[in-house]
Amino acid sequence: MDFGQIFNLTLGEAIGVFTAAYALCALGLAMHFGYTGLLNFGQAGFAALGAYGYSVATLTFGWNMWGSLLFGMLCAAAFALILGIPTLRLRADYLAIVTIAAAQTLYYLFSNSQFANVTGGSNGLSQFGTDFYGANPIPEGRYNLGIITLSQDEIWIRIVAWGLVIIVALLLVVLTRSPWGRTLKGIREDEDAVRSLGKNVFAYKMQSLVLGGVIGSLGGMVFVMASQTNQPSTWVSNFTFMTWTVLLLGGAATILGPVVGSAVFFMFLMLTQGVLEGLVNIGALPFLSIAQVGQIRYLLVGVFLMVLVIFRPQGFFGNKKEMQFNG
Amino acid sequence: MVNPTDTTADDIAKGAFEPGCAKVDPILVATNVTRSFGGNKAVDVAHLEIPRGKITALIGPNGAGKTTLFNLLTGFDKPNTGSWNFAGKDLAGVAPHKVARMGMVRTFQLTKALSLLTVIDNMRLGAQDNPGEKFFASFVKPLWAKQEQAITERADALLKRFKLDAKREDYAAALSGGQRKLLEMARALMSDPKLVMLDEPMAGVNPALTQSLLEHIKGLKASGTTVLFVEHDMHMVRHISDWVVVMAEGKIVAEGPPGIVMKNPAVIDAYLGAHADTDLGTVSIDTVKDSE
Repeated sequence: MDFGQIFNLTLGEAIGVFTAAYALCALGLAMHFGYTGLLNFGQAGFAALGAYGYSVATLTFGWNMWGSLLFGMLCAAAFALILGIPTLRLRADYLAIVTIAAAQTLYYLFSNSQFANVTGGSNGLSQFGTDFYGANPIPEGRYNLGIITLSQDEIWIRIVAWGLVIIVALLLVVLTRSPWGRTLKGIREDEDAVRSLGKNVFAYKMQSLVLGGVIGSLGGMVFVMASQTNQPSTWVSNFTFMTWTVLLLGGAATILGPVVGSAVFFMFLMLTQGVLEGLVNIGALPFLSIAQVGQIRYLLVGVFLMVLVIFRPQGFFGNKKEMQFNG
Repeated sequence: MVNPTDTTADDIAKGAFEPGCAKVDPILVATNVTRSFGGNKAVDVAHLEIPRGKITALIGPNGAGKTTLFNLLTGFDKPNTGSWNFAGKDLAGVAPHKVARMGMVRTFQLTKALSLLTVIDNMRLGAQDNPGEKFFASFVKPLWAKQEQAITERADALLKRFKLDAKREDYAAALSGGQRKLLEMARALMSDPKLVMLDEPMAGVNPALTQSLLEHIKGLKASGTTVLFVEHDMHMVRHISDWVVVMAEGKIVAEGPPGIVMKNPAVIDAYLGAHADTDLGTVSIDTVKDSE
């Protein structure tokens, strides 16, 4: 077993593109759930709209990078409005039911062969990143970054992805520390009380839903830009639940939490993959085959998450004091 | 400070003290407000006027419709019929947050402290028209820093008045039930309301705090705020209210100054029941047991 390589691959995941994509989606969820108390179980739908918005705008409309980016964000914002208008006036659980159903509807819509000329049907879309990678200022070549070696395009997508994470995180820090963020936290605690203090609760919840959804759409765009392939099967509820795992790992009402949570989550996946594969290869685990390792590691993630929720329910960065009152 | 006993009942009502009687200077006028839950008519108020600048108590047995009436008047529930206006503005069908912005702020029977916000943040949230509460303005601190400062100063002053200043940085969840009642009342005052509607402000408050709460409510009146409160504590009703409205089975059954209303046969029948002879202001468990 090559521990050096396992270690390097694990560390490489910390700055991986998928890590950044999930961090963005989880930051959107932190806005929804951590700061406003909105139970959004359809983050995959918002991410899918970002991904499809970008790729369809590029391939079908022939728009450039900026136009496609904006279109993806607008699609997510429109989705948030459509979901929010009927459900945000109802109790929180209804939003959860509607978002999970709506995200699933989007999945079927995108994989349907009816619209294959635009969405690519079940094959999805690919090669929509020419403009994005064309803007890469880094000269062609392989770059050794100490632990991993990356091509110029792989470095470019990482710079943009983590740049987005940093911008969004800073934006959320400013917002959540403002009186606007305070009102959202009030709504999370008791919306009738906030209503009785003269705040338009519906408008605040809508702003939060749109903002978190648009952040999720950025995550979706980053996700598909890594390999320039956008497949509908990515945007199933699994994506949403992994985003929730990332969020709860780090701490729901924190900004740093989702970012570090995502890094830990993907490093854990890579580490268990490497170690289990190594053990299978040297014959230490005769009951396992290499093909089963992929599933086993998700099982371990489940165990890890349970242990975390039992012993550190507030996540890595959550405030212990806050959790003590949630009895 | 104005002593509530200084105002005579004749300053408040025009004519006889009867249910729905007209007031000299009403701040809130409601007509034909009804609300049914299934076949049960929870609220059926033909006419009600709340006098401006006075302390009005709304009493009645459990299930009389007091809280439902509160919910209807503040927009938290929609009536089947009825119209009402507050300070001359029609309020029927107006959303609760707009009602609050007009200066009619309520508290809740089950206290709604915002548990995972600090006490001072709870207070700050009570202020109106903070530009920093707008999405785009919240990014630019200079736009709201000054107002936030002013709001914080006012919040601190109120916390001191309500003896919560030591708890300033604690989570509201860490307060006792009585302190949460105080916090909710203080928070409601952050907006300088014209009318405060308190739903059972004394419930769960220990006797030592009761006295200071009574003083606060009297202080509100002295500063020109109208108070309407629901309460079961007859001691409080008798001592601080200028006017008492009695509800039973959704209807207003009596109105008048406390001394007169409590002798009204309809009230005794509906509310005081078998203990009509005991002074409810000083009733203790022993005397209740004795009379049984």
